[in-house]
Amino acid sequence: MITARFIRLMEGRGLLFLAIVAAVGVLIPACNLLIPPGSPLHISTGTMVLIGKYLCYAMFAIALDLVWGYCGILSLGHGAFFALGGYAMGMYLMRQIGSRGVYGNPILPDFMVFLNYKELPITWWGFQHFPYAMLMVLLVPGLLAFVFGWLAFRSRVTGVYLSIITQAMTYALWLSFFRNDMGFGGNNGLTDFKDILGFNVQAQGTRAGLFVATCVALILTFVIARLIVASTYGKVLVSIRDAESRTRFLGYRVEHHKLLVWVVSAMMAGVAGALYVPQVGIINPSEFHPANSIEAVVWVAIGGRGTLVGAALGAVVVNYLKTIFTSGWLAAYWLFALGGLFVLVTLAMPKGLIGVWEDVRSRLKSRKAVADSKAASGQAPT
Amino acid sequence: MSTVTQSILYLDGVSVSFDGFKALRSLSLTLEPGEMRAIIGPNGAGKTTMMDVITGKTRCDEGDVLFDKGSVDLTRFDEAAIAEIGIGRKFQKPTVFESHTVADNVLLALKGDRGPFSALFGARNRIAAETIDRYLTIVRLIDHRARLAGDLSHGQKQWLEIAMLLAQDPKLLLIDEPVAGMTDAETEATADLLKEINKDHSVIVVEHDMGFVRALGCRVTCLHEGSVLAEGSIDAVAGNERVVEVYLGR
Ligand SMILES: Nc1ncnc2c1ncn2[C@@H]1O[C@H](COP(=O)(O)OP(=O)(O)OP(=O)(O)O)[C@@H](O)[C@H]1O
Ligand SMILES: [Mg+2]
Repeated sequence: MITARFIRLMEGRGLLFLAIVAAVGVLIPACNLLIPPGSPLHISTGTMVLIGKYLCYAMFAIALDLVWGYCGILSLGHGAFFALGGYAMGMYLMRQIGSRGVYGNPILPDFMVFLNYKELPITWWGFQHFPYAMLMVLLVPGLLAFVFGWLAFRSRVTGVYLSIITQAMTYALWLSFFRNDMGFGGNNGLTDFKDILGFNVQAQGTRAGLFVATCVALILTFVIARLIVASTYGKVLVSIRDAESRTRFLGYRVEHHKLLVWVVSAMMAGVAGALYVPQVGIINPSEFHPANSIEAVVWVAIGGRGTLVGAALGAVVVNYLKTIFTSGWLAAYWLFALGGLFVLVTLAMPKGLIGVWEDVRSRLKSRKAVADSKAASGQAPT
Repeated sequence: MSTVTQSILYLDGVSVSFDGFKALRSLSLTLEPGEMRAIIGPNGAGKTTMMDVITGKTRCDEGDVLFDKGSVDLTRFDEAAIAEIGIGRKFQKPTVFESHTVADNVLLALKGDRGPFSALFGARNRIAAETIDRYLTIVRLIDHRARLAGDLSHGQKQWLEIAMLLAQDPKLLLIDEPVAGMTDAETEATADLLKEINKDHSVIVVEHDMGFVRALGCRVTCLHEGSVLAEGSIDAVAGNERVVEVYLGR
């Protein structure tokens, strides 16, 4: 009964997506840990970490699609929430270093000793505790989103103007985090991590564990997003996207509805950032760069806006291409390639990759239906 | 004061200007509970602007806009609050949620809690489904319940908006040009439908189609340049010298 309902709520392609992520979450760590290097089936730790990074981006893209694809809020600053989640995780990891840092200070991270801090800033208190840090991974992006959204949606800032102020938000954070006196490591950010929950972050087993955790988080993110869009609330969001003022005249407080999805999306982005940091081993202000947020919008557009699965697919495909491009002589042309891809997709496939896939499927289905009916009526085509 | 305490809607001395252009000039109008009123008037007379003022879309520069026996000052509320207070509206240009099904359009309009959390966690129940079907039957869209609203014809969208109004179950319905783009038969059916709705709702209908207004058989108010030109039975208004003058153009 509940399973049947769940299957219906996830939709066919959602189930396929969940199955793939689950399979990846089991097979890749297994091929990494259990199959000896040298065997063709072995997957190197580097590859696993790379895929883990893509999956964090996929989670981020789903969060963005929730607000953009379903509620029409084109955020050009979502990277800020991703980065804040990443910083919260980074702060936990920094405090795990303890006296093993270069300066051997048991409390203060190296960069603070270097900058002559006498005591730990209040913002860093409690971050040695994993549960507290995880709470902050959700609360910090959530709170920023709440304050920002409350102000913006209440004053009915929409469309391009809203996009511009989201971009300004991440730009302001980008500049702030560069400053040493912010107390977050300035230009260098946070790095040289040692342990997570007592395990060495560099160890192969830990990396496999982080990979599995990323897959689990991606599955949860997708399921929550899908439950949201399939509910009546999801229908209200689409109504706001398509006819905001009409929705108001039906008695809906549009600003409250937008605020909820905005905060949920920011928290999802924060979790994605938090899983990203221990895998890549660093978080620095460049994660706030406005270009990152814009790139994420491009992933969603390429994959297929308003489909969730498409957003995740777009994130993985584009970042895979980026890896190929930027690891050779083509690196200098990556931004042109991305821009070109974006233009091509918007013009030739407005529904993105997922739209192409749906078209092919429905065409095959109708061709099969035609063939079946011909076979049934026993008529040969002339 | 007795008109204030009796009327469901009371407009007095309402003025609105857009960059100096006066769309409403000291407009006064009262509607009794349970009454149906037709509003006519040439293009640009201010009919839609009047509805905008009542529903909180446009703020008036001066004047009183009172609802429900003078108990609610509508100028102090926004669109969502006014909808909750009990005023529903059908727009001149039919606006339905095109990417939702016909049934979902009505579902979203159904009377009930409008908060995000209740929409998120509220289970859709069988009673709601039956209510939706009842309204769709009334507007003859029951066979189209699973279609996307965007695929409906212009006239069907008009009817879907009326079904959404019914689902909202407001005390007062404001209906802007309901029969634009409808065939004669559809127009006639719409008149019957509105008369039916009027049995337990107060209604204001804006319409240019005189045959339709006549079929409604209610009091008529003619607006011109933002204020009332004439008011009375359809024959009295249609025979009014100044109304004829305004319509024919001096
Ligand atoms: N938002 C606005 N800004 C500027 N002028 C406006 C605005 N809304 C309405 N007007 C002007 O106010 C006048 C009244 O418009 P309104 O839409 O109320 O007329 P109407 O009686 O509904 O006409 P129609 O029969 O064409 O629907 C028109 O001249 C219109 O151009
Ligand atoms: Mg009008």
